[in-house]
Amino acid sequence: MLNPDLVGRTYVGATSTTISAEAIAAFARALGETETHLAPPSFAITISLAESQALLIESGLDWNRVVHGDQRFLINKQLTAGVQITCNSTIESARLLAGNEIVTVRSDLMSANEVAVSSWSTLVFRA
Amino acid sequence: MSAFTVGEVLPEKRYIINRAALVAYANASGDQNPIHQDEEFAKSVGLENVIAHGMYTMGLVGQYVSSIAGSSSRVREFSARFTKPVVVPADFDVELIVNATVVEITQENAKLEITATCNEVKVLGMAKAIISL
Repeated sequence: MLNPDLVGRTYVGATSTTISAEAIAAFARALGETETHLAPPSFAITISLAESQALLIESGLDWNRVVHGDQRFLINKQLTAGVQITCNSTIESARLLAGNEIVTVRSDLMSANEVAVSSWSTLVFRA
Repeated sequence: MSAFTVGEVLPEKRYIINRAALVAYANASGDQNPIHQDEEFAKSVGLENVIAHGMYTMGLVGQYVSSIAGSSSRVREFSARFTKPVVVPADFDVELIVNATVVEITQENAKLEITATCNEVKVLGMAKAIISL
């Protein structure tokens, strides 16, 4: 079980990622988007989910038991090629329900000290 | 773009999900969890068969929202709950049917409520998007 002390803590992303035109195009094509130079609405997941995974595994949760419960994106600024992103992750809540541990992580994709996209992932770690 | 009205039922769109599409999405997203590609592995963890990434299904719905909005650059908010897995057998095309209704309009935005079904089962719940006008 997740240490309750971790809830509310923000982990500032240590590494920055430069978004490539190829990454946007490949993701857009996989979803059938016609504007392959623009990041699709769910593109932030390609950065946020890996960060959340690293954080939660480090916090002791078993990624082999995970199921995606729900997902939300708030897009302040659409991501574009060449933009440098760091991802700050906050464990917003963690609760037990019928033996399953339900964890919500907010990922703020930061570009030049502003939040470009916030992504909330609720992940269910099955008992 | 054309003006929306509250209560307007938007055009339906259908998407095909198959194993090749899941491999393409895994490569593009970086999510290589074997439950989305490897039938033997999926069954070993108690699944009926390979299942689509929830984020792939949501991403296709994102494409629907982009097309309704006129561009992905007009999508402000997008959310969904993953209610049922989309099971994808080998050599089979699963059809995802997406519909939406305009539920709210402000000066700047329109809010959509979206349904996504496969084989008449809702695979996303509470799916919503806010698009700028």
